[in-house]
Amino acid sequence: MNRNVLIGLVAILLVAPFFLYPVFLMKVLCFALFACAFNLLLGYTGLLSFGHAAFFGASAYVTGHAAKEWGLPFELAVLTGALTAALLGAAVARLAIRRQGIYFAMVTLALAQMVYFFFLQARFTGGENGLQGVPRGYFLGVVDLNDNMALYYVVAAIFLAGYLGVARVVNSPFGQILKAVRENEPRAISLGYDTDRVKQTAFILSAGLAGLAGGVKAIVFQLASLTDAHWHQSGEVVLMTLLGGVGTLLGPVVGATVVVTLQNRLSEGALNAYVPVVLGAIFVVCVLAFRRGVVGEALAFLKRGKE
Amino acid sequence: MSDYILETKDMSKEFRGFLAVKSVNLKVQRGHIHGLIGPNGAGKSTFFNLVTRFHPVSSGKIFYDGRDVTHEKPAALARAGMVRSFQISAVFPHMTLRENVRVALQRHSDMAYSFWTGSSKLKEFDDKALDLLDQVGLLQYADTMTVELAYGRKRALELATTLALEPKLMLLDEPTQGMGHEDVGRITELIKKFSAGRTIIMVEHNLNVVSRLCDRITVLQRGAILTEGNYEEVSSDPRVREAYMGGASHAA
Repeated sequence: MNRNVLIGLVAILLVAPFFLYPVFLMKVLCFALFACAFNLLLGYTGLLSFGHAAFFGASAYVTGHAAKEWGLPFELAVLTGALTAALLGAAVARLAIRRQGIYFAMVTLALAQMVYFFFLQARFTGGENGLQGVPRGYFLGVVDLNDNMALYYVVAAIFLAGYLGVARVVNSPFGQILKAVRENEPRAISLGYDTDRVKQTAFILSAGLAGLAGGVKAIVFQLASLTDAHWHQSGEVVLMTLLGGVGTLLGPVVGATVVVTLQNRLSEGALNAYVPVVLGAIFVVCVLAFRRGVVGEALAFLKRGKE
Repeated sequence: MSDYILETKDMSKEFRGFLAVKSVNLKVQRGHIHGLIGPNGAGKSTFFNLVTRFHPVSSGKIFYDGRDVTHEKPAALARAGMVRSFQISAVFPHMTLRENVRVALQRHSDMAYSFWTGSSKLKEFDDKALDLLDQVGLLQYADTMTVELAYGRKRALELATTLALEPKLMLLDEPTQGMGHEDVGRITELIKKFSAGRTIIMVEHNLNVVSRLCDRITVLQRGAILTEGNYEEVSSDPRVREAYMGGASHAA
């Protein structure tokens, strides 16, 4: 069945740009990857980070700066951004990882706010205007990424690699330990696992992947802005993950698709000013009526059908 | 090698002015099943938390296997062979039974933290995991979610997981608590069976179980050792009768 899901996903990725606007699809993919990274932490390690926009945003700025000012090619710029996010993740994890539950969320939020204000003040970010005019460049030096279709397939490949990467980590021996920490941390310690180290590793992986998403987004929109690092963004990724189904591989992808689509549709119509209200209402309904999220409920339904 | 696998010297624990454990000197002989009994609040669970290093001691020393471990990390102590269970069942509820045992088994391998190893590597542990599940009578539930298991079976699973680590010293916190009659008998048999070649310390309220299993018993009262000995010695001590067993013998 997992194989079928994967084949379906690849098929959708391949044909989608013939029916929908590629830039919109790329936005969906960037946020889907971001949510996948977040889900690795919340869904599979049980850590609620409320500051993941810091990694997304930091990578967006660094990628943008690397491409624009240093003239790095696409691949290297994105890689630099993702690595920066991973390093930032290591620093945040060091400070936050010993805290539990709500305190962990608070520490990550506070640190992310510090990062946000740094970007607000720092000169290279362009402050309120953002870092504009990031060149898209060429993929591997030959494919012109100013062509939306070409860029789309590169982004889709990066997304797919990230998605499969998360799947691989989750199913690895390490992924089993992550789940054990999520399920019962004292017991995992009593089995001899250094759970702080386990959580730290997961945090760095998640931050790096979130960074990958942020970097790609900066290239796609040729822009890195304060919105990327704002705490709204941290909240949105929580919403996407929960709506789609926390702790399922496909959930964050579905959640991100729903949220980004809604944002796009609503901002065109009369409801423009009410996007947060609508999203908030959906969140309430999700928490009250289908706690496992779209994919989580679907899986539970399939399982019931089998029995 | 010392005869004693665990030794505490003047171990005390204070919680904001309340002395939960008062300068306890306890020696646990290698190969014994050592019972720890006493009324509620006597400090039994605190004792467990102290020697497994889940809580820091306020004063005193802890020796494990001839080594001072007073400041060891709990996970490091577990890797050195001291594995504990908890008062409430210590399982991973949303993982299958097979996965529960495998998580313990894979700790011995060098790939515990390798997040890039494929899932097929995990299959190497399957035979051992299924064998352990078989030993505690849970083989047929190998691929059931643990959360769906009855309470007594969860405790049996916990034993299998603990055994997977091949511990030198097992600390069991009320292994038969909250169990029906049949389950108590089954768990008692399992503990007896698995005590071969290792040392067990158990906190237990069920004196039937204690009398059947324990080679030596320490009675705690208000954080201090009241008396120590085998079941006959302890149960005939008038102070123990008064402090703890009085109620129990009326009940029986």
